[in-house]
Amino acid sequence: MDRNSNIYTFIFAIVLVVVVAAMLAFTATTLKPIQENNVRNEKMQNILTTLSITAEKNAVDATFNTYIKQQLALKADGSVDETVNAFNIDLKKEIKKPIDQQRFPLYIAEKDGKTFYIVPLFGTGLWDVIWGYIALEADKNTIMGAVFDHKGETPGLGAEINQKWFGDMFIGKKILKDENLGFTAEGNFVSVTVVKGGTPDENLHGVDAISGGTITCDAVTKMINERMSNYLPYFQNN
Amino acid sequence: MSDKEGLFSKKNLQLLKDPLDDNNPISVQVLGICSALAITVKLEPAIVMSISVLFVLVASNVLVSLLRNLIPNRIRIIVQLVIVAAMVILVDQVLKAYAYDVSKQLSVFVGLIITNCIVMGRLEAFALGNGPWKAFLDGVGNSIGYAVILILVSLFREILGSGKIYGIQIIPQSFYDFGYVNNGLMLLSPMALIVVGLIIWAQRARNKKLIEK
Repeated sequence: MDRNSNIYTFIFAIVLVVVVAAMLAFTATTLKPIQENNVRNEKMQNILTTLSITAEKNAVDATFNTYIKQQLALKADGSVDETVNAFNIDLKKEIKKPIDQQRFPLYIAEKDGKTFYIVPLFGTGLWDVIWGYIALEADKNTIMGAVFDHKGETPGLGAEINQKWFGDMFIGKKILKDENLGFTAEGNFVSVTVVKGGTPDENLHGVDAISGGTITCDAVTKMINERMSNYLPYFQNN
Repeated sequence: MSDKEGLFSKKNLQLLKDPLDDNNPISVQVLGICSALAITVKLEPAIVMSISVLFVLVASNVLVSLLRNLIPNRIRIIVQLVIVAAMVILVDQVLKAYAYDVSKQLSVFVGLIITNCIVMGRLEAFALGNGPWKAFLDGVGNSIGYAVILILVSLFREILGSGKIYGIQIIPQSFYDFGYVNNGLMLLSPMALIVVGLIIWAQRARNKKLIEK
């Protein structure tokens, strides 16, 4: 057959594309369960990290179930929606819904006899999405631990938010201005701000930003503020 | 191969050695600079990236070489692109399944191997006109040539930028106590370009063959 004819070119292109597509589809389907399991494990590990628990790679499920006592899906008014599995809520999709249809996952953990509330975070960084988890102590005001992660922030700069030292700066910070005033009092929820140029350690509502990573850090501030504010009605009532 | 050439004849070995120095894809041909800038902040991603490029380049080189007499000339670039893209997605999927942590670090850069000029350059310049074994050697040689520069650049950047090598603190705390600070500039892409420039300078000072008349 003439290799320069149109027919040959078409046939070659079609055969090549079909073969390649079949091969990739096969690989993707075969590897999918392993990949999904990786994502699931990572999510559990992240949640546990906020409580300073490290789970062995092959015992993530067991460790998670030992510590996490309740997984709630909250409505905007603070009541619990029993019909939704909190762990499977995909914040990326959830965040696009109108606020009264959104469900906010909350993990309640117990460690050494103390109760902790873990709030998942999700937002948009400089290049792509960022997310994280913040664990609050039983007073629902003091931060016990925080982890952050990102999809594609600038390496060495904004990407540093996934480092331990960045999350650890949040430990001991408080989200309320005055803990006696309650969660829903006007202006009392101040969240924690990532401050460009740094902030003294005594500041209970601020941590140091990363030089060169200002937009990512501002996104972290916005994310904590936005997501956390949805949990205030529940915190107030429980 | 029509003549009875040994698998590791002098000519074939030359295919391996050439891209390491005389014809290095980054420092001589100045290809694949984009990824050399992007992922050389730290040593670890640079190494994984090198391994990924090695696989993609060798696999697509051999495949294109096998198909070289079948590929219609008019659509050869598209065909090469499809093959490279398929290999890259394969690498990406496998990394996501079996080396999840590393795949997260490399994030988009694995996908960007598709746009790495070295890969397309080797397919077009070499694999289309040579047998699979030669294409294999050429692929290995070029990706090692690429890896050497990547690792050199990331060594400089990690030690000067973060004081570490492979994530391990190298510069002792006592230096910092005396007022030594990490050079944050090293973490930014422009410094990678300057480091590559310095490497090219050093290479040309040593290897006189490279100096244009």
